[in-house]
Order: sequence, then C-alpha cells, then structure tokens
Amino acid sequence: MSAYAYSVLAITGINVMLAVSLNMITGFCGQFSLGHAAFYGAGAYAAAFFAAAGSSVPVSLLAGVMVAGALGVIVGFASLRLRHDFLAVTTIGISFLFVGFVRKQPWLGAEMGISRIPSSGLGTQGNALLILACALATIAFSIYVNRSWMGFGFRAVGDDEDTARSIGISVSNYKLVAFTLGTAIAGLAGGLYAYFTQFIVPDSFGFLVSVMLMAMVVIGGTGSTLGVVAAAIILTLLPEIFRFINEYRLLIFGGLLILVMRFAPEGLAGLGRAAVGRAWAR
Amino acid sequence: MGAVNWALEVEAAAIHFGGVQALAGVSFLIAPCEMAGLIGPNGAGKTTLLRIIAGVLSPDSGRVVLSGIDVTRWPTARRVRHGLALTHQIVRPFRSMTVLENVTLAAGHRLTANPFAALTRIARAAQEARAREILARVGLAGEDSKPVTALPLGHLKRLELARALAVDPSLILLDEPLAGLNHNEAAKLVDLIAGINAGGITTILVEHNLAQVMRVCRRLLVLDQGRIIADAAPHEVMANPAVREAYLGPGREHAAA
Repeated sequence: MSAYAYSVLAITGINVMLAVSLNMITGFCGQFSLGHAAFYGAGAYAAAFFAAAGSSVPVSLLAGVMVAGALGVIVGFASLRLRHDFLAVTTIGISFLFVGFVRKQPWLGAEMGISRIPSSGLGTQGNALLILACALATIAFSIYVNRSWMGFGFRAVGDDEDTARSIGISVSNYKLVAFTLGTAIAGLAGGLYAYFTQFIVPDSFGFLVSVMLMAMVVIGGTGSTLGVVAAAIILTLLPEIFRFINEYRLLIFGGLLILVMRFAPEGLAGLGRAAVGRAWAR
Repeated sequence: MGAVNWALEVEAAAIHFGGVQALAGVSFLIAPCEMAGLIGPNGAGKTTLLRIIAGVLSPDSGRVVLSGIDVTRWPTARRVRHGLALTHQIVRPFRSMTVLENVTLAAGHRLTANPFAALTRIARAAQEARAREILARVGLAGEDSKPVTALPLGHLKRLELARALAVDPSLILLDEPLAGLNHNEAAKLVDLIAGINAGGITTILVEHNLAQVMRVCRRLLVLDQGRIIADAAPHEVMANPAVREAYLGPGREHAAA
C-alpha cells in the first residue's frame, strides 16, 4: 500500500473513532453535542504537548485521553441542568471557545500550532495500523456498551429522563459517564492524529468538524454503531474518491443531512433494517 | 414510642411558587399496606404534594420520611431504590423500547443503580422473566414484543403500573391513573390497583374519579388550598361540610344536598 492509502486509512479510522464516540453521547444517551471536535482537539494538543516535551508514546496518548475526558466531565456537569436545545447551543460555544483559546496560547503554538511532534517510531504503516486497531476496539466497545445494562440505562435516559428517574436510574451519573467515555475516546483519536500528522493547527478542530461528525451520526442512524461506522467511512472516502467533491464538501454534507432527515430519519441503519425486513418478508 | 415504622410520614411540608403558597404545612401518616385516596379540587396541591414525596420537588420546609428514614433531601432515583414507586399522570413510557423492554429495565433497577457496575452485566433473562410475570399480572401478557407506540391508552396505563411494580416497591404513588379512561376501563384498573394493594404494597391514589376512589379506599385525605381539610373514612369525608364547600363553593352545599 502507498503512503497515500495509509493516510486515507488513518483518517478514516480516526473519523470512525470520533463518530462512534459521539454516537455514545448523542445516540445512546440522547445528549446532543455539537462540540465533539473540541475534545478531539484537546486530546491532540495534550498528546502533542507531552510528546514534544519528550514523553513516550503511551504516556502522551494517555495524556490526550485524560485531558479530553476531564474536559468531558466538566462539560457533562454543565449539561446536567440543560435541556436538549440549550445543550446544543452550549456545545457549539465549547467548539468556538476551544479554538479561540488555543489560538491565543503561545505555549501551544498559537495560530501556527505545534509542528515539532516527534515520530511515534512506528512509521506511516505502523501508525495507520495502530489507528485501525483503536478504531476496531472502539467499535467493539461501543457494541458491547449498547448490549450491557449500562447501554440499557443510556437508552432510558435518552428516551425520558423523568421516567428513568422513576425506575431508580441516576440520570446525572449516566450523562456524566456518557460524556466522559465519549470525550475520552475522542481524546485518544486526537492523540493518534497528532502522532500521525506530526503537525497540528487549531483549525483542524473547529466547529465545522463537530458538525461533520454529527452529520456522520445522523446519516448513519443515531444510536446504531454499525450505521454510524458506515456513514463515517462513506463520508470520509467520498471526497477522496471523487476529488471534485472536496470543493462541494459542505454542500453535499448539508444536502445529505436534509435528505436523511426528510426521507430516512433513522439513517443508513434504518434503511438497512428496512432492506433486511423486506428480504425476510419475501 | 418509635416502635411503629410508618410507611410514609409527611411532616409540615410547605412550598411556595412565587407568591402562591402551594402547600401550607401538610402533615399526615400512612401505615404499611394502607390504601389512601388523595383528593381535592383542581389546584389544591395534590400533584405538588406527590412531587415532594417523590423527590421531584424539594419543600421549603418540612420532612418526608419513608419507612423510618428521612429522605427529604434525597433525589428521586435514590428514593426509588429505597422502595418508592410512582406513575405519571400523563403516561410516559420509554418510547424507543418494546413493552417487555420497558418493564425489564425497571426490573433491573438494582443493576442500573451504578452505571459502571451496569457495564459489566449483559444477561437479561432473569429480569425478562420477572417482567413477563408482572406484565401478565397487569393484563398485558402477549403484548411483550410490541413497540409501546402501538399500545392504546388503557394498555399504556397498565404498562405504567407494571413499570412501577417492577422496582419492587413498598409504597406506590399513583397520580390520576384513571384520567382519560372510560368507565369500564377505569373500574378494571381500580380493581387491579386494589389487588396490588392487597398484595402488601402501600398505595396512595390521587384521583378525580371520586366514585372509583370511594369504592376501594378506606381512607381519604382531602387537600384544599394547600392544606389538609379532612382525613377520614370516605363516607365521613363526604359528609364533611368543609369538603363540600371546597368542592362546590361556599354557600352552595344546601343546593347540592
């Protein structure tokens, strides 16, 4: 495989991790977040900062996970008293706040970002395979969570918070856990990205990235891990396969979102289930 | 002294919303296995009182004691784990789930109490079996795999009750369970509730349908303007002039009698 193919594989893997982890927050637990890229960025910056300071690969990646997860706990706390639409607005704020903050920090490279990230020592191929392994682990974890009683509790919280309380579910604990797990995985994706590119700038983690991730979740089918994985892969590869799409990326994402909301609100997962249902009925 | 553990003690519960005193020092005791009706005109404070008992609202002053333990500052979920169950006035099922899943999740309330402990558990067979048992008891056997959105209101009311029963409560709060049901459905649901109470679950029934309440409750508490104005057997309560006045308005009791 060429270096280009590995880089496409790596970016696809990272987007899968991000979309699947956002799906844990939004799809499983019903917390609509438009700030996921901020946690991705926090992980990338933390890992890059530690790596540049001479930490080993595992320590730097762990730092990314911890910083993003800690931020997730804070935002999770803030979200406890917010209704859905207010949470969406708050997380939009987080997205802009993150980029605005990083841009003004000389110790994080300000506008220029961090460019002296040491190599992970794994090479392009090794990096891509590490990302692939982490993406597969994220998918497996997400499927497991959804099958466990924790996932069952998430669904209850996402469906109706008052009813969840009435059967003894501590809604705030579940929301905090969803935010922490989802943002920690985004942090890991950020660390992997930092090692892969060895060069990060604030704009890679802006609001548009958050919107793109939410588009992957919605187009894939909110709550369905495999649907979201499919959407993340398709929406990452399409612009690579059809170069001209890159120019119209936002136009196409926006159009797809509107089409999905209008004709298939359950996304690719819903379409898949309907197709299987028809095949079964035949 | 102190030997009796009341199922529920409400002591001088008071709360105001803005300038309105919704509850002005409400006190009463409910004995284990009792079935008490809580009635009163619209705006009397019935739902507010239920919400304070359930922990949805926090009183300005006063105490709520469940089975001997002061739970005044506890959140709802913790009270539920301590033996309280409640149904909503307007049915609120988990809409993305099937009938069986709704009740199974409630039957697993010990597993879901802590999210991290819940993460280590997958098997649902025991909770599903318990849920099927309860669904059969409330007359919803055979509806297991239906999405809740396919159920008529009468069945949703039963589902609400099934979910409350699945948390193994010692005290159950029912907020107008008969609202929206026709006479026949209401009578059947009240019989079911009476049967549940006879099985040893203390029951507080908030209801507008006085005929049905009178039929099954041996004690009625009447709330008016945030105060308890009567607390006695149903026939005594109905003969009480203060109650008639609260329901019919001052000076009209003779006309109605």
